[in-house]
Amino acid sequence: MELGQMQGRLAEFTKSLYMEGILDAQFLQLQQLQDESNPDFVVEVVSLFFEDSEKLLNDIARALDQQSVDFKRVDAHVHQLKGSSASVGAQRVKNACVAFRNCCEEQNVEGCLRCLQQVKQEHYLVKNKLETLFRLEQQIVAAGGSVPMAEMTF
Amino acid sequence: MTVENQRGSVVGEDLHQDRFPAGMRVLAVDDDRICLKLLDTLLRKCQYQVTTTNQAVTALKMLRENRNKFDLVISDVNMPDMDGFKLLELVGLEMDLPVIMLSAHSDTELVMKGVTHGACDYLLKPVRIEELKNIWQHVIRRKNFDSMVLNKSLNEDKACDGTGDGRLGVISTGSADQDGKLCRKRKEQNEDEKEDDEENEQENEDASNQKKPRVVWSVELHRNFVAAVNQLGCEKAVPKKILDLMNVEGLTRENVASHLQKYRLYLKRINRDAAQQASMVAALGGADSSYMRMGSLDGFGEFRSLDGSGRLSSSALSSYRPEGMLGRLNSHASLALRGITSSGLVQASGQNLSSSINTLGKIQPTPLPSNQSASLFQGIPTLELTQLQQSKCTSSTGDFSPIKDSRGFTAVTKNYSDTRVTVGSSTGLLPGASGNPLVLQGNPQLPDDRGAFVNQSSLGVASETPDTFDIGSRGCSNFLDHNRSNESWQNAIQLSRFSSNSLPLISAPLGDSRGDAHCQEGLMGNVVQDMNYTLKQRWEEQKQGCNQNLNHTVNTINSVVSVHGIISPLGHCLDQNNAICCKSSDVPLISQLHGGALFIGPHGEVETSALDSKMMINENYLLEQTKSQNGFIQNNYDSLEDIVNAVMKQDHVHLIQEHNQTMLSDGEFGFDAYSLGACM
Repeated sequence: MELGQMQGRLAEFTKSLYMEGILDAQFLQLQQLQDESNPDFVVEVVSLFFEDSEKLLNDIARALDQQSVDFKRVDAHVHQLKGSSASVGAQRVKNACVAFRNCCEEQNVEGCLRCLQQVKQEHYLVKNKLETLFRLEQQIVAAGGSVPMAEMTF
Repeated sequence: MTVENQRGSVVGEDLHQDRFPAGMRVLAVDDDRICLKLLDTLLRKCQYQVTTTNQAVTALKMLRENRNKFDLVISDVNMPDMDGFKLLELVGLEMDLPVIMLSAHSDTELVMKGVTHGACDYLLKPVRIEELKNIWQHVIRRKNFDSMVLNKSLNEDKACDGTGDGRLGVISTGSADQDGKLCRKRKEQNEDEKEDDEENEQENEDASNQKKPRVVWSVELHRNFVAAVNQLGCEKAVPKKILDLMNVEGLTRENVASHLQKYRLYLKRINRDAAQQASMVAALGGADSSYMRMGSLDGFGEFRSLDGSGRLSSSALSSYRPEGMLGRLNSHASLALRGITSSGLVQASGQNLSSSINTLGKIQPTPLPSNQSASLFQGIPTLELTQLQQSKCTSSTGDFSPIKDSRGFTAVTKNYSDTRVTVGSSTGLLPGASGNPLVLQGNPQLPDDRGAFVNQSSLGVASETPDTFDIGSRGCSNFLDHNRSNESWQNAIQLSRFSSNSLPLISAPLGDSRGDAHCQEGLMGNVVQDMNYTLKQRWEEQKQGCNQNLNHTVNTINSVVSVHGIISPLGHCLDQNNAICCKSSDVPLISQLHGGALFIGPHGEVETSALDSKMMINENYLLEQTKSQNGFIQNNYDSLEDIVNAVMKQDHVHLIQEHNQTMLSDGEFGFDAYSLGACM
């Protein structure tokens, strides 16, 4: 695939992520923060996000698995996940966290488990998508091209 | 615009004015590393100098190390090791830096909490760079506010002197009344100033543009401040008078006013916390340094940790309370204390009770002033035991037990019956102390008629740093009446241990000078020699002053003596000297020390003889000191000896023990000087 095509693919793909709400403007900000002095900023941040969020999701699952669920603890984890997902622009994950918080307030274990599922799904989704995105970028760079600065044209 | 900064040099609050806001130094705190990384990058994009940490505790340490290293702090609200709001309060009070809160939640309550705790702003995650680009305004605003008010007062100096004071006074009162509304008030005031002052605006602008060096409230300065406030009394402590009393060059009324505001807030908080944490202390027991620390944080024990380490942890104090000792003490001494409180508290608080309580028990309960009702420091000074101290304290506390009688010691200096606030001393006290010593100022007055231990003894648990000791002594200042340098005060505090009998702190004075020195030294180990010297002088003074009190002291001495008796055994551990000293004229001191030592010991432990080797060492030290100063003591102690004997029989120890338990949590005596300031 030639460079131009790859770049086109990337642009389309990125756009679709925004359209579907998987990513939001915050991700764009991340990309804009990336520059020569910070060339891998986005990848670094996103990698950190995936590491931490997975840990958080496991913690939440474990907390919900207890005989007597400590909702405060669960809420704290969800809160953190919400913060970090918002910071990287993983919009759907963030929204799922907001819903999750409500279940925690109601102290409803069933509801929480459902919310957790939802969050996990979104998390998995955005992870895949971003991995694809990065792969595309890498291909372009490998082919000697440069990744165009994303723009919100929609 | 006058640029006082030198480009490129970071001195105090340099803002690199010529490049400002570029180069502004920001400290970012967030436990979420993703957000932290993002924040870091964003801030760098704004051309700020960024330091990050994901631990609030680390952040505090960094800030305390060098207050002038940062211009602004951004902190997350939800952090595992410390509540963001607590950090906010502490930073605001201790370092007077603008703090911006950050959170993923935008609940109204949270935002309100941020405002009431003094946050300059509240941002939502994810943070946008546009918002960060403007945060420098908070730094300028704070500076300008000070400048402007100052300028205004300067302009109106002669003519509106009263007005200025009044205004400042109002500000102070206002903020004092409204806990946590400091920022708001300042802002309001700022606006008022701006609106009212058309004429002066230009001048003000010039002045405010002028970079005024931020006043660093060092330990000495704060002590000085506390002493002045105590001397004036709660009611009369207005910035102008305080300023005059302090007599510090370069200090402006405005500086004093804002500091006073904070101090009052602190005292209030301490009071509240002390009340809430009565049981905490008991629970703490032991090396719960982190707890204590937190406690102090909560209580903002340190108004301004002189060294940063001395902290009056209200919690520590509160721990005392539970026993009810305090309650009792309070009843007595509350009055006495009140008078002192303001000053005493100030002292205590000011002194940063470098809670190096590790001196354990060093917290020499400063004998309460002559007033029988050892005015308990309401604010049970909570000396925050610095971690280091804590460990120390624990060790020492063991020693305390012997000093059962040292009930008086109850670190709670609360009972400063003596309104003698050694306010003056506070400043002098901890010159060098690294703020470790815990100065337990509140001598919880033993409810027993026995003079329940005059809580006056503000145990200056002088741990490593003499400073801390000072703080302790500060608390004792009550005792000392004299504003002697804190050292003397501390001695007093030490003496205050006698308090068991709620004897007038005479012993305090006696001991103060000496005790302070000794106590401190003993306690702190590092007690500055100087202090001793000063103590000596003070001792002299005290002696004279204390003659009358002597009678009272006798009582205290009795208690002291009893303590002393206990101490003796301890003493032997320390040194021969100690033992000797104890017996000899030094007894009073020793008793004091012991008393203090007992005090400090961790709850429960203290009782038993808590004199830890530390204590012992301190005592030795003290003893030696006393010896050297035998002359002084001797005179005073003659009667003391008698008393001591009498005291021996008493079993105040129990009381003390009780108190100790409550109070000594970890040997931290929270000297809630601030609570004393409740009178304010």
